[in-house]
Amino acid sequence: MMADGAMTAGWRDVGALEEVPRLGSRTVTTPAGTIAVFRTKDDEVFALEDRCPHKAGPLSQGIVHGHHVTCPLHNWLIDLKTGQAVAPDQGCAPTIPVQVLQDRILLLLPSDLP
Amino acid sequence: MNMINIRERLVVIGNGMAGMRTVEELLKRDPLRYQITVFGAEPHVNYDRIALSSVLAGEKEIGQITIHSLAWYGENGVQLHAGDPVVKIDREAKTVTSESGRVEPYDKLLLAMGSKPIVPPIPGLELPGVCAFRDIADVEQMIAASTEHRRAIVIGGGLLGLEAANGLMKRGMAVAVVHLAETLMERQLDTAAGRLLQRELTERGLNFFTNGQTEEIFGDGRAEGVRLADGREVPGDLVCMAIGIRPAIELVKATGLDINRGIVVHDDLRTSDPDIFAVGECAEHRGKTYGLVAPLYEMAKVCADHLAGDDATTGYAGTILFTKLKVTGVDVFSAGALAAGEESGELTYNDTARQVYKKLIVRDGKIDGVVLYGDVADSSWYLDMLKSGEDITPFQDAILFGQSVVAAMGKVKPVSVADFADSYQICGCNGVCKGTITEAIADKGLTTLEEVRLHTKASASCGSCTGLVESLLAATAGAAAKPKSQGMCRCTDLTHEEVRGRVVAEGLKTIPDVMRTLDWKNPDGCHSCRPALNFYLLCAWPGEYRDDAQSRFINERAHANIQKDGTFSVIPRMWGGVTNAKELRAIADVVDRYDIPSVKVTGGQRIDMLGVPKDQLPAVWRDLNAAGMVSGHAYGKALRTVKTCVGSEWCRFGTQDSTGMGVALEKMTWGSWHPHKVKLAVSGCPRNCAEATIKDFGVIAVESGWELHVGGNGGIHLRGTDLLCKVETEAEVLEYCGAFLQLYREEARYLDRTAPWIERVGLDYVKGRIVEDEAGRKELHARFLHAQQFAQTDPWEERANSEVRSREFHALAEVA
Repeated sequence: MMADGAMTAGWRDVGALEEVPRLGSRTVTTPAGTIAVFRTKDDEVFALEDRCPHKAGPLSQGIVHGHHVTCPLHNWLIDLKTGQAVAPDQGCAPTIPVQVLQDRILLLLPSDLP
Repeated sequence: MNMINIRERLVVIGNGMAGMRTVEELLKRDPLRYQITVFGAEPHVNYDRIALSSVLAGEKEIGQITIHSLAWYGENGVQLHAGDPVVKIDREAKTVTSESGRVEPYDKLLLAMGSKPIVPPIPGLELPGVCAFRDIADVEQMIAASTEHRRAIVIGGGLLGLEAANGLMKRGMAVAVVHLAETLMERQLDTAAGRLLQRELTERGLNFFTNGQTEEIFGDGRAEGVRLADGREVPGDLVCMAIGIRPAIELVKATGLDINRGIVVHDDLRTSDPDIFAVGECAEHRGKTYGLVAPLYEMAKVCADHLAGDDATTGYAGTILFTKLKVTGVDVFSAGALAAGEESGELTYNDTARQVYKKLIVRDGKIDGVVLYGDVADSSWYLDMLKSGEDITPFQDAILFGQSVVAAMGKVKPVSVADFADSYQICGCNGVCKGTITEAIADKGLTTLEEVRLHTKASASCGSCTGLVESLLAATAGAAAKPKSQGMCRCTDLTHEEVRGRVVAEGLKTIPDVMRTLDWKNPDGCHSCRPALNFYLLCAWPGEYRDDAQSRFINERAHANIQKDGTFSVIPRMWGGVTNAKELRAIADVVDRYDIPSVKVTGGQRIDMLGVPKDQLPAVWRDLNAAGMVSGHAYGKALRTVKTCVGSEWCRFGTQDSTGMGVALEKMTWGSWHPHKVKLAVSGCPRNCAEATIKDFGVIAVESGWELHVGGNGGIHLRGTDLLCKVETEAEVLEYCGAFLQLYREEARYLDRTAPWIERVGLDYVKGRIVEDEAGRKELHARFLHAQQFAQTDPWEERANSEVRSREFHALAEVA
């Protein structure tokens, strides 16, 4: 995660850190699909496309533990940092670049990339 | 020497499974005869080498596979020199010399050096990144490589190679398996089963290069791949050699002992020198060497007999080998011959849809070989008949359908562990028969699986006979048998009961408190333990514990049922299944207003609106609330429905007002959280139209009162209720029901329905608490009512009317 204020060009402010519950998630809707924003117990924030690689379950609705989320539909375990399913399951939920600056959550959406 | 040493000296070369099992068996027979010294090449205590696959696959930790702790050696007076291999044996002087220069005299010597990986003479073996799969150091190297590198190559598609490949894949590596033969595990499986196995493992993500002879490992400063004889190249940063093993006999080559492929032993496990014994993979018996655990343990017993008693008469007669692959979810079994010869025939069963394949080789009416793929439930039965040489002609036409079918035809005795002969082998790994287990249970008063494992070794290795051992324990120890002590989840080794006990005893009142005090292995638990802890705390501290929404499964957090497309279903409560025009009109209006795609009547006499997007839930609820409807908790581990029939109010057979009784029960119980969902029903007469006998708590009206039934389940495992008792008044129905539910809440494990809970604790126990103990019943009922004070608030109303609580339902932001 970046902390340099000069590096925020193109990043979108989607809300305050405290609006996402610890060990929980909120969603950001975009024309290209829903993004799940997760907050871990240690206040790290991760963002993934809100689709489990298995059957497109909404990962935002899963239980967050450590740096993982368990998909609510069939209990696939997804690594929040990489979006990868934990073996033996295989697949990947695309990650979205995210940073927290002064308690605001900033996303770099694919559509905003130059 | 200034002291006469009255004990004979036994020196054991090899601190592995075979040598140490022999020592253990010897100590059982005569703990005082020898002063025992053990030399081991690895710097570890004796561990379960078989379980290295599980360690590699991340299913076990190194610390969990120790067989003999350092303390055990001390307590048994066994002197251990670990990490100090013996380099010389002097038979004349009767001494051994270790690498560090230690010279140890012996009266008896036991050779148990095990085996070494076979390494073909190819270039590149010295490169970093090349390893074997034999000991802890290898596994540590493989685990380390899996964190730094992505691609692995396993050379060898036999038992060992496939377990290595599976483990590396579970560690996140892309794995290629290079195998010399055309099909996998060709020594244990026929071509058909080998192909099925390859297909399954390919689907799981392994890549195979069969007919592949490795010519060279190439790489610049580190392994980068292998080159095959036919020119194919396979890239990889880790190359694991798992072709096979050969007896480790270098040490004895200069001693003049008879050696062949292994160290030649007689039936009493003596080598050509009567003071020197050999067991395990380094021994060769009747021209055979072994690489599986069962024969090692059989040898250990016989060897211990002869070490303990000079006039012992037992003999080792060889072992009929069988194979199981330890890859979770892949069921493979084989024993005996693989294919029919001139004098034998084959029976095959091939279900291509289910991927089940079974083959028996039959010779003179007896089983000569077994190959099973996909369904190995009958493996012990077939193996037993293979060993006993039983005549299978009377049921040969049905034998492939398994023991239960053959038993149902009346051709063999029904399948029950109680019917097995005492000589029936339960645990193949450790060669433990039924009689040994039942005797140990009875003589030593064993009550848990762990104790049985400790005392008999049954189910202590690969664990595939655990179910049988548990059944035996239950059948032998009866009510004294305790369920196997099993951790709640991977975050703790404590059982549900232990955690609940400590929550109350130590006054733990939050999830972080519990995890900290009870040393949880993962700091914030997992999706399996967090909901359980949330319930246990809620149940233990009613009114005090603050529900943790993030530890609730989504359905309970959103108070609606998530569907496969991510939308939700909404089911309002209909008390006793009774509704009216106003409610129906409100439901119809909601369906129209929010364009809800599907409306369905549920099995619990309510109406389900399906396909509601999450962000519309609060509005839907607000409208339903306005018509007086509340959450039906159709999404929770909670009181669901009370199903009723119309009873004496309308029905010409009705004996009591079952509808009114049902409504009263639902008013008392709604909103209560439980270990699992709970369903009630009340029927107005024994015709039982409300199907009360498949409910958790079912009430059936009779002329003289009410019959109370418990523990029914109409789900996966259909179970009819047990009759708890008969009562006379409605007040009694309510009291018994509240008490029963509270007992279930306080004592069942999270995710146990009442049916398996009652099966476990027994109906007599429940009767004892609810029917016979009047004071106890009243206390339970009072505790239930106390908890209900805090539980009976409509979660829909709370969320429809609170901005903070409805946050859950709305997006954090919308990007146009």
